[in-house]
Amino acid sequence: MGGETRGNTRLVVRRLLFRLVLGLGTLIAASLLIFLCTELLPGDVAAAILGREATPETVAALHRSLDLDRPLAVRYLAWLGGVARGDLGQSLVNHRAIAESLWPRFTHTLLLAGATSLVAMPFALLAGYAGALWPGGWFDRLNSGIAVFSLSVPEFFTGYLLILIFAVKLHILPALAAVREDMTLGQKIPFLILPAATLTIVIFAHLFRMTRIALLDLLDAPYCEMAVLKGLPRGRIILSHVLPNAVAPLAYVVTLNLAHLVLGVIVVETIFGYPGLGQWMVDAVGKRDIPAIQAAGLVFAAVFVILNMVADCCVLLGNPRLGRS
Amino acid sequence: MIKKVRVSRRKVLKAGMAAAVLMGAPSLARAQEQKQRGGHLRLGMAGGSSTDSFDPTTYADSVPIAQGYQIMNGLIEIDEHNRAQPELFESWDVADQAKQWIFRIRKGVTFHNGKSLDADDILYSLNLHRGDASKSGAKSLLKPITEITKLADDQIRITLAGSDSDFLYSLGDYHLLVVPNNFTDWQNPVGTGAYAFDHYEPGVRLLTKRNMNYWKEGRGNVDSVETLVINDTQARMNALISGQVDAISRADTKTIGLIKNVPDLAVVNSPGGWHAILAMQTDKMPFTDSNVRRALRYAMDRQQMLETLFNGYGSLGNDHPIPRSDPFYNSELPQIAYDPDKAKFFLGKAGLSSLAVGLSASEAAFDGGVNAAVLYQAAAKKAGVAIDIHREPADSFWSNVWLKAPFCLSYWAGRAAATQMLAVAYESQASYNETHWNNSRFDSLLNTARAETDETKKRTAIWEMQAMLHDDGGALIPVFADWVDACHKRVKGLTPHGIANFDNLRLAEKAWFSA
Repeated sequence: MGGETRGNTRLVVRRLLFRLVLGLGTLIAASLLIFLCTELLPGDVAAAILGREATPETVAALHRSLDLDRPLAVRYLAWLGGVARGDLGQSLVNHRAIAESLWPRFTHTLLLAGATSLVAMPFALLAGYAGALWPGGWFDRLNSGIAVFSLSVPEFFTGYLLILIFAVKLHILPALAAVREDMTLGQKIPFLILPAATLTIVIFAHLFRMTRIALLDLLDAPYCEMAVLKGLPRGRIILSHVLPNAVAPLAYVVTLNLAHLVLGVIVVETIFGYPGLGQWMVDAVGKRDIPAIQAAGLVFAAVFVILNMVADCCVLLGNPRLGRS
Repeated sequence: MIKKVRVSRRKVLKAGMAAAVLMGAPSLARAQEQKQRGGHLRLGMAGGSSTDSFDPTTYADSVPIAQGYQIMNGLIEIDEHNRAQPELFESWDVADQAKQWIFRIRKGVTFHNGKSLDADDILYSLNLHRGDASKSGAKSLLKPITEITKLADDQIRITLAGSDSDFLYSLGDYHLLVVPNNFTDWQNPVGTGAYAFDHYEPGVRLLTKRNMNYWKEGRGNVDSVETLVINDTQARMNALISGQVDAISRADTKTIGLIKNVPDLAVVNSPGGWHAILAMQTDKMPFTDSNVRRALRYAMDRQQMLETLFNGYGSLGNDHPIPRSDPFYNSELPQIAYDPDKAKFFLGKAGLSSLAVGLSASEAAFDGGVNAAVLYQAAAKKAGVAIDIHREPADSFWSNVWLKAPFCLSYWAGRAAATQMLAVAYESQASYNETHWNNSRFDSLLNTARAETDETKKRTAIWEMQAMLHDDGGALIPVFADWVDACHKRVKGLTPHGIANFDNLRLAEKAWFSA
């Protein structure tokens, strides 16, 4: 038995390492793709900076000063080298160091994503569990109703509705999520409530429905029928037989939603005036600030790769067929 | 022959006082006595981006300009009556038919870093926008300058290639802010302004603190100013209504009722120079015929556009670019009104029974641009004019459509001086002459107006140019829009200003809180 465990552990470690290398490779491939795509971006940074009254001479002068005349491969390698050293370059528009202006925005984005997950994840997973426990019961139908509402209503509507009720009418929460770097976490919380609530409503639907379906699917498996036949209560069956097998689908659902909270909240950032990374990237795209777009793209790609890696690891470690003696 | 006009600060102030009394404004002295000091002013503004910088050569939207005005001063200030007032240039002499200008620099002004202001700082700040290497948005504005010479520590001379009696208005441009000589640290800006730089997150917020040694009397009244970028219109309105900011720029005219319903809030709208244009190229068929252009004027329902697209916040255009807020506005021209029969009559005079034209439209031209084209299409149909709307993609509109399509939507934000507006878009050789207006009488009147320092003669010339465009020009100008802001009633000093929102974006230094 002992030898088998050691063999399994070695297998798990090997697979984890392989997954890590694969993640790094994905990230490098993504960086190349991001770099090439920003090259293909229509429009010209010089013209975008100078606006409607750009003259050919000023555009040409700007092109030279932006160093846009070196070959593509050279610029890519120089950029990648910089990234490896933690140097994301300088904005073409306001000449600030990108790492410096990106970092506070990224921490704001992570803060909002974190706050939302803390509320939404346990709530949605429990609701999904309850839904599988008593499918068709009143609690299940209530949650399904909320989920249908949240899926059919766009997030800006939910956001404006919450602002109207809690900020404009009741005056108990701020309409503008104006968090600042120099605030303590306690000071930031009141500003986070409304945007986090909006996002919770958005991701609740997906999480709840996927959890419920994953659990119900597994409940139909033969080993669960066996468990029913041997007289186990439904709650026990779900906890000890279904959940371990549901780790894989649930890990991916959670990952997908976490990724959405980091990458896809630009609408919520806009209506609450929240200084996150999404707005920062949109500003950069508007001004064709290529190093900034590339940096934001790379950060988003890294978040996605890391989350997926974590999900894969969870699946590996949680798989009852591996590592259990 | 050299004509010298000396304008001293005292004279200008006197004239300003007289104007204020004439216009029935509250007495200047009383208003100043009541100004309270202190408080933290929070401004919610549209038009900011994470790519903003304090470098004045890069200014193109409201937020960086308003932030620049908090920290730095200009050379000339354009006041709310659209008159040029001394700022860091304290007084001036003009010679050689307004080709040579000698400016005296205000004494006793110090930068936030303790350096005192002198001619070298002014020279450096102006030259940021000049020369081949400059990328400044004000480069073309300063092109007429052939030479800037330091005469003394407090005196410089500017020589122009041609006469320009409105040169002061060019110097009032928002790009021309003053920083210390050789200053390049735009992340930690230093100026002579009412507030000193404190903390900045581009595209999010700026915090500035009162400059205790500020040289302007009655300005810079609050302790600190927080400028928040809120680009979403509804978010801006909500922030004001829920009390998170004290004033907002670009209030939404569609939902302005929400603000009017709150007794503590006030809407401030300023009739201004922003106007929408439908530009006909007067050298392309069928717009070569003056009767066709006339028919198209009467085929447009301006009132409907004003009400539908601007919710009534604006005024009717009369097909010349000079707004009512300009001292040289021609108030005697009859207002062109929607009249399908008259339009048909002029079509008949052109020898046509009906007319079909294509109109290039895009939201890039201005918000609601496509709707404006659709409204015009419906109104013109009744006059026998069929308009085919070409919807153009927004991202390439200014580079591929504007100045190229024979009939095209466009806009101008207005200019401080009437001669500037007429020169930039209607002088025959102007690069942005979108209507291909080519009239030698017009050009010579414009030269007269630019060289003339006598107001009456200048007015005669500018009035005639407006009449020419009104009767015969290629621009259909349906509407001038108002700048609409809103604030809490405890905020004082938000005066309507024709050039831009927020008291020409100088609200921070002018505002104070009532007790």
